[in-house]
Amino acid sequence: MTPTTYKEPTARGYYGQFGGAFIPEMLYPNVEELRDNYLTILADPEFQREYQQLLRDFVGRPTPLFEAKRLSKKYNTRIFLKREDLCHTGAHKVNNTVGQILLAQRLGKTRIIAETGAGQHGVATATVCALMGMECIVYMGSVDMERQRPNVERMRLLGAEVRPATSGSQTLKDATNEAIRDWISNPVDTHYIIGSVVGPHPYPDLVARLQAIISEEMRKQLLEKTGSELPQYVVACVGGGSNAAGAFYHFLDEPSVQLIAVEAAGHGITSGHSAATSVLGKPGIIHGSRTLLMQDEDGQITEPYSLSAGLDYPGIGPLHAYLAAEGRARFISIEDEPALRAVAECSRLEGIIPALETAHALAALGQLGAGPDDVVVINLSGRGDKDLETYMKYADTIK
Amino acid sequence: MNNRIQQAFQKQGKKLLNVYFTAGYPRLHDTVPVLKALTTAGADLIEIGMPFSDPLADGPVIQQSSTVALQNGMNMRVLFTQLKDIRNEVPETPILLMGYLNPVMQFGVENFCREAAAAGVDGVILPDLPLDDYVAEYQEIFRRYNLKPVFLITPQTAPSRIRRIDELTDSFLYLVSGPGTTGGANTQAEGVQDAYFQRIEDMQLRNPRLIGFGIADKASFQHACQYAEGAIIGSALIKALDGTDDAPAAAAKFVSSVLN
Repeated sequence: MTPTTYKEPTARGYYGQFGGAFIPEMLYPNVEELRDNYLTILADPEFQREYQQLLRDFVGRPTPLFEAKRLSKKYNTRIFLKREDLCHTGAHKVNNTVGQILLAQRLGKTRIIAETGAGQHGVATATVCALMGMECIVYMGSVDMERQRPNVERMRLLGAEVRPATSGSQTLKDATNEAIRDWISNPVDTHYIIGSVVGPHPYPDLVARLQAIISEEMRKQLLEKTGSELPQYVVACVGGGSNAAGAFYHFLDEPSVQLIAVEAAGHGITSGHSAATSVLGKPGIIHGSRTLLMQDEDGQITEPYSLSAGLDYPGIGPLHAYLAAEGRARFISIEDEPALRAVAECSRLEGIIPALETAHALAALGQLGAGPDDVVVINLSGRGDKDLETYMKYADTIK
Repeated sequence: MNNRIQQAFQKQGKKLLNVYFTAGYPRLHDTVPVLKALTTAGADLIEIGMPFSDPLADGPVIQQSSTVALQNGMNMRVLFTQLKDIRNEVPETPILLMGYLNPVMQFGVENFCREAAAAGVDGVILPDLPLDDYVAEYQEIFRRYNLKPVFLITPQTAPSRIRRIDELTDSFLYLVSGPGTTGGANTQAEGVQDAYFQRIEDMQLRNPRLIGFGIADKASFQHACQYAEGAIIGSALIKALDGTDDAPAAAAKFVSSVLN
């Protein structure tokens, strides 16, 4: 059955067969409290006034929609970059954390926890906690702490405590496990700011709604610049999928707009070192949600791989799993190397050094099949400063 | 239909000790010898952990034991093969399987229930199985194989939800002693915890209760038993098995230290 809207999950948080809330009883009251209140709080005019004001004056929205003329020339199509890299803290993540910190305040919470992969969500959470004077603890895989050291230092400078996750692959998946355990141990005073459209209902819907500002602005800006609110393509990278959810949101129910989700294929889809969940995953449960999940035949979660810490996750958000299953979004896999080359291309053609995550989306440009009259919007989800050490290490590839 | 869990609560006049250990830990073929040693030493119910890569409700001790068990090659098929003849050797002690939903889903819920019942398993604990999903999709299957689901109750569980869980249960209620994952130290003031146990007792629920999480030795076992029909120990036993060459002997010694 074709749904009337892709945006809305059911009351129990399902997008088709994906979603739900598979959580231990210890988390039930927290998640229930959130579920029962988030829509009312988001709709409250006072919340909206405060949220919009912070987006404008603190985050720096609206972010520009920049016509990338030299990239356009190279790919013989009309390319726009939605400049989420110009958000305060350097990525789209802050749209969500600003919203959730206001939500946490209204729920009477005094302590904030978060998980982070690349560190962008951790920095965004530490930032809003500093802004609001709230205690902040960020869980980060010890491998990620190593490869994203500048962000660890940023979080500390902002007053957050960064706790290493040392189990499993010591990356985003394990940081998320630790954050969930913290929440289990601190069920009353703590709000867990999840950084992507993953986790138990209502998180996927909550985070998508807070990131939807991206596509809301895109439509207005496209109308001004092209005469039409609707492009032919919207392209975004997907780890958990929050920047893609935000970029797709207001186009989900516009069938003429092709939605392109770009996953990290690491060393190659069949190499055993990949994070391309839509290709390698099967329906399963991770972090409280039924979605596509990389796992072995016994249902043990497989450790994913990507050079990009932000895409190094064995699942995707249930909305994206649904878009993949319904064929509403097209999924493209990009390996480490072409992503690194896309970093150089964007830097030299447009004067913008993208995050390694975003570079995967840029690297998909050649595969879209877009023509000279088509409008392509790429969500430039973050800036590359945090990846400089990686870029230096792979200078030969980038050259 | 009556099953061994119900019988255990009916016939015992004493408080019950339920012990958890991870299948295939510390070595792949320790499952059955440890199980037998635990029952011989006097454990009244046994929970066998089905190892999972990402066990959200468990602390570091049980997670580590699961990692070792998985490395040893434990999985659902191996476990059911190991348990195949267990009822010849352990005829009466109730056996429960405890684990997470994803491996069970991948095995197939109906397959899982059929194999479990064939092995003589009496109950199942899946902490991330939502009540609504259980009722909508799995209750019928569980009933068909006479497997009793066990649900957790925490200090934050609302009274109306406790009543609903009690209605859906005909084995026992698993009272989580306080906030935290398995094996965590009890950070709550004793008075707060006792008030919670008392509050649940005063609700006069239809099912008996076992208290778990943070129960580690004779003293904490006996304390918990003041407010319930017994208690559950997991992480402390796993710790006692860590590094031993003779897991069954270590398991028996641990149970004796709690009971005697």
